[in-house]
Amino acid sequence: MQTLDLNAPFAALADPTRRAILSRLCQGEAGVMELAAPFKLSQPAISRHLKVLENAGLITRRVDRTRRPCKVVPEAVDELTSWLSNLRVAMEANYVRLDQLLAQGTKDENNETPRT
Amino acid sequence: MKPLELKLKGDTQVIVTRRFAASPEAVFRAHVEPDLIRKWMLGPDGWTMPECMADFRPGGSFRYVWANEEGESFLITGECIACEPFSRLEHVERMHLPDPTPDNHIVTTFDPDREGTLMTMVMTLPSAEVRSTMLGTGMERGMEVSYQRLEGLLG
Repeated sequence: MQTLDLNAPFAALADPTRRAILSRLCQGEAGVMELAAPFKLSQPAISRHLKVLENAGLITRRVDRTRRPCKVVPEAVDELTSWLSNLRVAMEANYVRLDQLLAQGTKDENNETPRT
Repeated sequence: MKPLELKLKGDTQVIVTRRFAASPEAVFRAHVEPDLIRKWMLGPDGWTMPECMADFRPGGSFRYVWANEEGESFLITGECIACEPFSRLEHVERMHLPDPTPDNHIVTTFDPDREGTLMTMVMTLPSAEVRSTMLGTGMERGMEVSYQRLEGLLG
């Protein structure tokens, strides 16, 4: 049985600021100043969040003269979202079956009290 | 009908919501009556639930055993904490892999939603690590990976 190591990415995304940063980065590369703008957080605080995302393998940073722009690692984000969507699909299979059962129940009730 | 929504909240919770075109009473009963449970809570095709015992009175317990044609089986046990027909259920459960996983504390509410029901399931795990493990391995294992086939079906 293949075991996905999702501990680091899930732990990294437990924080709402980091989720917001990641979601911003999904739209394209950005620098620390840009990322800090929507939050009432200092640049060092944002940098700490970026470090956590980087250690979790969700983003990478490159050096561009004095800037260190960040971008997402598409494979890591895909792995997370595809895992969650797999889980959603598996649970949904159960509920589609429940929908049918509930529809059956309604039909049975209608049969017991047929309309004339 | 809106599809299932699955969200992570904070670092220990998973929230699942789903709408049904039936009354809260009907949806609630399908979650607590063994004869109904074993008709739908089956996971991917090919799995059945040969054993389904459920006593959803407070202090009561339940035991679900799934099996497939390859002879694999999977067990979940749990206890009911609170039961308010037909609106709210509170229970703990664990998977046996075969060692028991840490308890998953689950509150399920059934709210009237226009002509149907909005079901909300709030799962709380003891720690972020346990939640990650559950999402990453346990539930995957429990629901056994016919995912690919299912995905194929859904195009």
